Amino acid sequence: MPPKDANQELHSQISIRNLNFYYGKAIALKNINLDIYKGNVTAFIGPSGCGKSTLLRTINRMYDLYPGQRAEGELIIDGKNILENGVDTIQLRAQVGMVFQKPTPFPMSIYDNIAFGVRMHEKLTSREMNDRVEWALSKAALWDEVKDKLNQPGTGLSGGQQQRLCIARGVAVKPKVLLLDEPTSALDPISTMRIEELVHELKREFTIAIVTHNMQQAARLSDFTAYMYLGEMIEFGKTDEIFIKPQDKRTEDYITGRVG
Amino acid sequence: MNESHKRGRIGDLLFFNVTRAFAALTLILLIGIILSLTWSALPSIKAFGFGFLTSSEWNPPAERFGALVPMYGTLATSLIALVIALPISFGIALFLTELAPAWLRRPLGIAIELLAGIPSIVFGIWGLLVFAPIFGEHVQPWIAKTIGSLPVIGSLFSGPALGIGILAAGIILAIMIIPFITSVMRDVFELVPPMLKESCYGLGGTTWEVVWRVVLPYTRVGVIGGVMLGLGRALGETMAVTFVIGNASLLANFSLFMPGNSITSALANEFAEATPGLYTAALIELGLVLFVITFIVLTLSKLLLLSLEKQSGGKH
Repeated sequence: MPPKDANQELHSQISIRNLNFYYGKAIALKNINLDIYKGNVTAFIGPSGCGKSTLLRTINRMYDLYPGQRAEGELIIDGKNILENGVDTIQLRAQVGMVFQKPTPFPMSIYDNIAFGVRMHEKLTSREMNDRVEWALSKAALWDEVKDKLNQPGTGLSGGQQQRLCIARGVAVKPKVLLLDEPTSALDPISTMRIEELVHELKREFTIAIVTHNMQQAARLSDFTAYMYLGEMIEFGKTDEIFIKPQDKRTEDYITGRVG
Repeated sequence: MNESHKRGRIGDLLFFNVTRAFAALTLILLIGIILSLTWSALPSIKAFGFGFLTSSEWNPPAERFGALVPMYGTLATSLIALVIALPISFGIALFLTELAPAWLRRPLGIAIELLAGIPSIVFGIWGLLVFAPIFGEHVQPWIAKTIGSLPVIGSLFSGPALGIGILAAGIILAIMIIPFITSVMRDVFELVPPMLKESCYGLGGTTWEVVWRVVLPYTRVGVIGGVMLGLGRALGETMAVTFVIGNASLLANFSLFMPGNSITSALANEFAEATPGLYTAALIELGLVLFVITFIVLTLSKLLLLSLEKQSGGKH
């Protein structure tokens, strides 16, 4: 991972070009263009219904599950447009992990919550699997809290722990990209802080895209910020620049709390 | 203000006591039925004792009665029904909730609910006049040739292909309980939070992995409830079984091809002609046996749920 100073060269992990998204006939994303850079955190902000979650869900083609939803344009990961037909979405989703608004532990033990995703893609010996589970839980800063109760159900953890379990579960598959869809919106301030610290740690190894309602969070966490409004990308740039000196009046209004 | 509070409290008290009385009524009814069944069956219980359950003789003229044949018929037909209906219902519910295109879900769902509304006697007539002849002529010989030639379980599929019999009754029962199990399964599958399923898809899960490892464990309580509902119906079903089971109170062997009898069909067929005394008491004891079987099945399912809950950690 290259060090992050002002002069570093940015490598695009995901290039989005002329992306339109439709729910049936209604257009939800209009001509989106941006790059999500490797080893950086990119935040998507904007008022409810602006399309930021929709954009996140195009990156792992989660919309595929629902008939009538479709995307046009280019979304290039590793030189391949993943919006084309015939893309292996299972392979894609192993590369692009996702964490949701609310913690969603699977109805199984803490250990299996982590091992489950790994087993779908890799054949590991039990020793390798143990190592992987410990590695993933450590990455999610959860290992010390759960190492003595790996056989207990994941649903028995606290909300904040559950969300870190979900992050560990995503990390365990070793994706390139992690998509976080308002990961702290259901959590208390202390759990939120821990998740934010975690995101800070994780970006050394993973490219992260995060949707958030909380502008302070975007400012604290991200290297790049995209402001979206009514399905359009209004402004995209380095987080410092967006928050200190927004170019667009609409961005400024939102950030200063005049709208939204 | 105080006045209305007071009236509200009296209303609450009244409501509490009325609902409590309703709840108590079910318990009283249950106990009453058990007591009256036991009381009426007493002559037979005294005469045959425990041997009632192990004897396969059913001889009204000689007044010698045993419950083995109808018990075997009831348990075998219900088990066959469950073995056939469970995977099919699971498949239908899965298709309806996860795979079917949106426009197909409603009509198909309604069709299944309509199937549940067909009176059981219609299934009985259809089973006797349409299903059994075809089954006896085309399906049974084939089963006898394939499964029938296997060791041990082969003996269950031997004998003449009569059409009617325990196997045919089990299959008709399966068709009858599929809609029940299916609609319960569909309803509980739909309760799974989309986000939970998306989490599994998001890790690169296939539909099969999502269903098998997430949807099914998440809904296991409801699924087992649906299965028990179906099993309860199969155990108690009378008309359709009576038409196709063959009503033979002889137990030559345990072959599923042979005509047999179930507890409910024996009751339906013989109650009208039973002479008061030991014959009637024996029939009522049959009813009591069915009651006990149902109770045991229910208890086992509760124990199963408890152990499942312990295994994978509590409720959600």
